[in-house]
Amino acid sequence: MPAISARPRGATGATAVSLERPAAATGVLDGTEDTAVAADLLRERTRARARTHAVRAAGLAAALGVLLLCVMLSIAVGAKPIPLATVWDALWSNDGSYDHSVVYELRLPRTVLGIFVGAALGLAGALMQGLTRNPLAEPGILGINSGASAAVVVSLFAFGVTSASGHMWFAFAGAGITAVLVYALGSRGRTGATPVRLALAGTAVAAVLQGIIYAIFALDDFVFDRVRFWLVGSLVGRGLETFVQVWPFLTVGIVLALCLGPALNTIALGEDLAAALGARINRTRLLAAVAIVLLCGGATASAGPIWFVGLTVPHVARALVGPDHRWLLPYSAVLAAILLTGADTVGRIVLPNGELEVGIITALVGAPVFIALVRRRKMAAL
Amino acid sequence: MTATLPRPDARTPAPPARPRVLRAAGGRVSFVLRPRVAAVYGALLAATVALFAVSLMVGDYEIPLPRVLLALIGQGERLDLFFVQGVRLPRAWTAVLVGVGLGVAGAVFQSLSRNPLGSPDIIGFTGGAATGAVATILVLGGSMLQVSLGAVAGGVFTAVLVYLLAFKKGVQGYRLILVGIGVNAMLLSVRDYLITRADLTDAMTAQIWMIGSLNGRGWGEVIAVAIGVGVLVPFLLALGPRLRLMEMGDQTAYALGVPVQGTQAAALLAASALTGVAIAVSGPIGFVALAAPQLARRLARTSGTALFGAGLMGALLLIAADLAAQRLVAPAQLPVGAVTAVIGGGYLVWLLYREWRTGRA
Repeated sequence: MPAISARPRGATGATAVSLERPAAATGVLDGTEDTAVAADLLRERTRARARTHAVRAAGLAAALGVLLLCVMLSIAVGAKPIPLATVWDALWSNDGSYDHSVVYELRLPRTVLGIFVGAALGLAGALMQGLTRNPLAEPGILGINSGASAAVVVSLFAFGVTSASGHMWFAFAGAGITAVLVYALGSRGRTGATPVRLALAGTAVAAVLQGIIYAIFALDDFVFDRVRFWLVGSLVGRGLETFVQVWPFLTVGIVLALCLGPALNTIALGEDLAAALGARINRTRLLAAVAIVLLCGGATASAGPIWFVGLTVPHVARALVGPDHRWLLPYSAVLAAILLTGADTVGRIVLPNGELEVGIITALVGAPVFIALVRRRKMAAL
Repeated sequence: MTATLPRPDARTPAPPARPRVLRAAGGRVSFVLRPRVAAVYGALLAATVALFAVSLMVGDYEIPLPRVLLALIGQGERLDLFFVQGVRLPRAWTAVLVGVGLGVAGAVFQSLSRNPLGSPDIIGFTGGAATGAVATILVLGGSMLQVSLGAVAGGVFTAVLVYLLAFKKGVQGYRLILVGIGVNAMLLSVRDYLITRADLTDAMTAQIWMIGSLNGRGWGEVIAVAIGVGVLVPFLLALGPRLRLMEMGDQTAYALGVPVQGTQAAALLAASALTGVAIAVSGPIGFVALAAPQLARRLARTSGTALFGAGLMGALLLIAADLAAQRLVAPAQLPVGAVTAVIGGGYLVWLLYREWRTGRA
């Protein structure tokens, strides 16, 4: 059966498995043979699907393996290099030596934070792209990062909030308000939220917020000095303390996002069709919005605004596993975590002295991908 | 000609006053006088003059109008003379001239790209200029002149880069804008990187340059921008009729006898140079070039690009924004670019809201 191939090859591969009839069978259909062919087809399809899932699960396991490697490297590499063997030992037992305390007090918290932030950004991007059916949706492009940043800057300037937990609540509020505003603005009109409209609405709102941030910088050098390091998007100096603050929110957001896969698959059919099939679109929208705000707000509050991770990673994941959100979401989470911990590690060694912040690396890598997408794709909906 | 026909428009109860055509030099030079356009431009000019006068009067040291007028002709107290002639007058002139330059340049860019969003802000000129200025300050430690040159070089380089990246069998409007967004994001991260590597004083200077400000601009800057605006704006105004014909489509314009390629190149070069001059003096002040042409068009209800109106509107916007930047949280001074970003971004939001509601993209 040449038409049924178990190997998933992006979007076209997946539709071939589920929809097309085998070319050989269509010619000989008449009466009784019809049911037999149909049964054959069904059996074959079930087997193919099982094989597809096995391949994808294996791929996910491999990605987790790569992530573990990245984690080891992230713990080993730095101003004081630690041999991988020592890192491995330290992960299982802390013998109180200098190397082990570096691992436990500095590198491990930062690395774990990187995993969470990366997974959060990747999932937020995948959720936004799935929900708006928009290939350019991303926390940075849609201005949500700017909303969280502006809220943190305002909290520091107007209310003197300096604690990480205080910033977090403001970041959530800023991310939430901006997300609603940009989506409302971008989805007005008869044709709904097209990719370009959403991107433009995000840019317009971000411009206003940026103006407010700049005005505050001009008025208060203390705020400027504190925030300029945070605004780059970095894991430097964010350790256990930050992680303890954000992990519950990020965890809830990640779990919620991963549960939304089937619902997003229905929405991908188009809202009219999904509603006709009995999907509860508004509930899905609301849950996804809550997850996006938790993920973007938590990630921005802990690591600063990081661009383009949420944009590029879901596209890579889609190229690997196709448009099925049940696989797309976990792949996005793991791949984004790999990207963020990897970029953070590379940033520590790429400069002769000092570190290159992870936000700069992701922007320099992500912007060309964005431009390539803009050039290549027809700007139609996903 | 539509100009001579009373429009059968249900919304205007009285027939609109008829435009008059003024002719000179045996009909070789002619000019259509539209009452509404003339009234709107007159009002814009009056408002600009009024705000100009106000900006000479107010400040931490208030000077009433009679003493300002005395100081302008070189009479009056020493302190009045110093503040009016030495501080406030050059600043107000800089605001007006930079505003005219940005407004006209923005109108030309929008006309050429046939897109209200094709302004220097969106296509990366402004972001590139900011990055050029910051790099010159923080990496090379340059003087004021060098920073200006760095800003212009950064702006031109980025605009060309965005244009080339968006080019694919011609430049389609929305691709240009999206590529601009991507390049701007990359430049922003480069600026953030440079800012975090500098010490706080340098970083503050660079930060102000990133936004655009008119603080402490003197006569040297006024002369520089006056020369640029004085040469380039009349040149672009002379190209205006051709630009309006080209908005009907290159083919039509070509059939009507417009040298399309040459006009495009000349207008693009002149508008880039004008933006460069404005940015070199004031830093990359955002969104005046985006908002001024659109506001002028809507107020005067002209059909095509109105370069003259865009210039007037730019002057009014910038002097109003600068006044707000000086006095809003006095004695502290805001950079004028922060005010225009809020106004301009807000305007963009409103523009999108309006146009999308009516179903146009």
